[in-house]
Amino acid sequence: MPPAIKIEELTKDYAIGFWRKRPYRALDRLSLAIEPGEVFGFLGPNGAGKTTTLKLLMQLIFPTSGRAEILGQPVGHVATRQRIGYLPENPYFYDYLTAEELLEYFAQLFGYGAADRKQRVAALLDKVGIGAERRLQLRKFSKGMVQRVGIAQALVNDPEVIFLDEPMSGLDPLGRREVRNLILQLRDQGRTVFFSSHILADAEALCSRVAVVAGGRLAASGRLSDILAFEVRGWELVVAGVTPAMLARLTPVAHRTTEISAGRYALELSLDHPPERVLADVAAMGADLVSLNPIRDTLEDFFVRRVAEAGSARPGQEDARARD
Amino acid sequence: MRAISWIAVSVFRESVRDRVPYNLVLFAVLLIASSFLLGQLTAGQDVKIIKDLGLAATAVFGLFIAIFIGIGLVSKEVERRSIYALLAKPISRPQLILGKYAGLVLTLAVNVAVMTVALYAVLAYMTWTESAQFQSAWDAPGIDPALFKAVFLIFVELMLITALALFFSTFSTPLLSAALTFGLYIVGHFNADLRNFEQVVDSRAAAWLARGLYHVLPDLSAFDVKTEVVHGLAVPAGYVAMTTAYGLIYIALLLLISTVIFSRRDFK
Repeated sequence: MPPAIKIEELTKDYAIGFWRKRPYRALDRLSLAIEPGEVFGFLGPNGAGKTTTLKLLMQLIFPTSGRAEILGQPVGHVATRQRIGYLPENPYFYDYLTAEELLEYFAQLFGYGAADRKQRVAALLDKVGIGAERRLQLRKFSKGMVQRVGIAQALVNDPEVIFLDEPMSGLDPLGRREVRNLILQLRDQGRTVFFSSHILADAEALCSRVAVVAGGRLAASGRLSDILAFEVRGWELVVAGVTPAMLARLTPVAHRTTEISAGRYALELSLDHPPERVLADVAAMGADLVSLNPIRDTLEDFFVRRVAEAGSARPGQEDARARD
Repeated sequence: MRAISWIAVSVFRESVRDRVPYNLVLFAVLLIASSFLLGQLTAGQDVKIIKDLGLAATAVFGLFIAIFIGIGLVSKEVERRSIYALLAKPISRPQLILGKYAGLVLTLAVNVAVMTVALYAVLAYMTWTESAQFQSAWDAPGIDPALFKAVFLIFVELMLITALALFFSTFSTPLLSAALTFGLYIVGHFNADLRNFEQVVDSRAAAWLARGLYHVLPDLSAFDVKTEVVHGLAVPAGYVAMTTAYGLIYIALLLLISTVIFSRRDFK
């Protein structure tokens, strides 16, 4: 089965400056393949190139080079849009239409008949938690409510592939949980969801795979567990029944020692000290092993570090790009 | 085709809800109605004044509506980013442009119809209240079907101005689009003077430039037959047909260029 979304060497330059235009590379040779049925998290800080990528996929902007396909068709293929949904970042709709009218209008564009439209729109608005407000004009809506309407309109055609640009933005904790559940429902129905976020907890809770972009470049991609496993920083050893003499022998191998309670300590071992040897020492001393766990980077740590690396690498790249 | 009509209906609905055109039409109707009072002050000229003011109000308020909503069609959508969700739907960019245009033409048609009905209502009242002897002094009958020719050409002109507003809004900001459209409206009404520019300047280059501009810029004065209609002068059907054809060709070209620009545009 071909990938639901295939991105190959996608690059986008913008011209910046008023008089002397110079290129600014917003996205640099991004390649990704997203399988059908995946919930794919596209992560990165603001300005990393997430929205640029989504706009390229929706053909709101045209690539400088590279190509992308959705459901086996090049982006911009109008008929394919029948099968995709898109929530823009901070969506904005028409002031003077009601939520119901907006969704009906979009459903019309997908070619649904009147009866089907009504039923579909009502069900969707229920699903995203818009109640009696559906008859209010959108200019009276709060940001969170507009976001909900935005999610509803992205699903109005029962899409196979759904693109969500910062879907949790503007939502309260309850709203976030509802949207999370909605994405999980979509996954259970076999839909492909490609969502961008800078909120890592969402990605950790939802995604089968992620890509991290920073400074317009792909910093990492893969299964969340793979990325985290790659980033094991050390080991946390918890031991009990430790006497002061034992502690004196163990402390040099740990770069941090924390007393949990009397005789019980948590030791953080760096990767320089293989845990097997330390475990052997603990056993030889007669202390009790409580637990041994790898210290992994959380996605948060990973994210911050990769962004910092990309940031420090960037000035040189910028010069090289400007020369191009 | 269906997508274009859905977009057109949504534009119409948006603009009906927006109070700006409402207020403009209301104001125009009030102005037309008050022309009746103004006519009372000028013995014998009353019906001419009513027709003059009525047609002028239709043209001017139609212009405001065309510019106000016309520029909002695309540039406001781009500025407010409502176009993002719309363009992700199964419609092409040319369909979007044509749908938006059709929607505004529909809005304009309704507004012009309301203003025309108001004008005819005032004229009907005049005809009904004035004596037959008084009416015989009028250049043209009170309820003159020839007024339709003037209104029709005003409508075609407004369609052209809308196409201009749409054209500018495919690549510039709302404010700039409004200014450019209004500027071209003014220039368009003096365009005929450019044709005769060579008679007043010696420079060949300037004369050629003027002639070139004359051919490129819309000649809006051709659509203005108010004076003829008000004074009961003949406006041949052939003239109306030719002017309409000119307007429609100009509109078609503008829409074509707009769709080409719009189809290549990046929405940053």
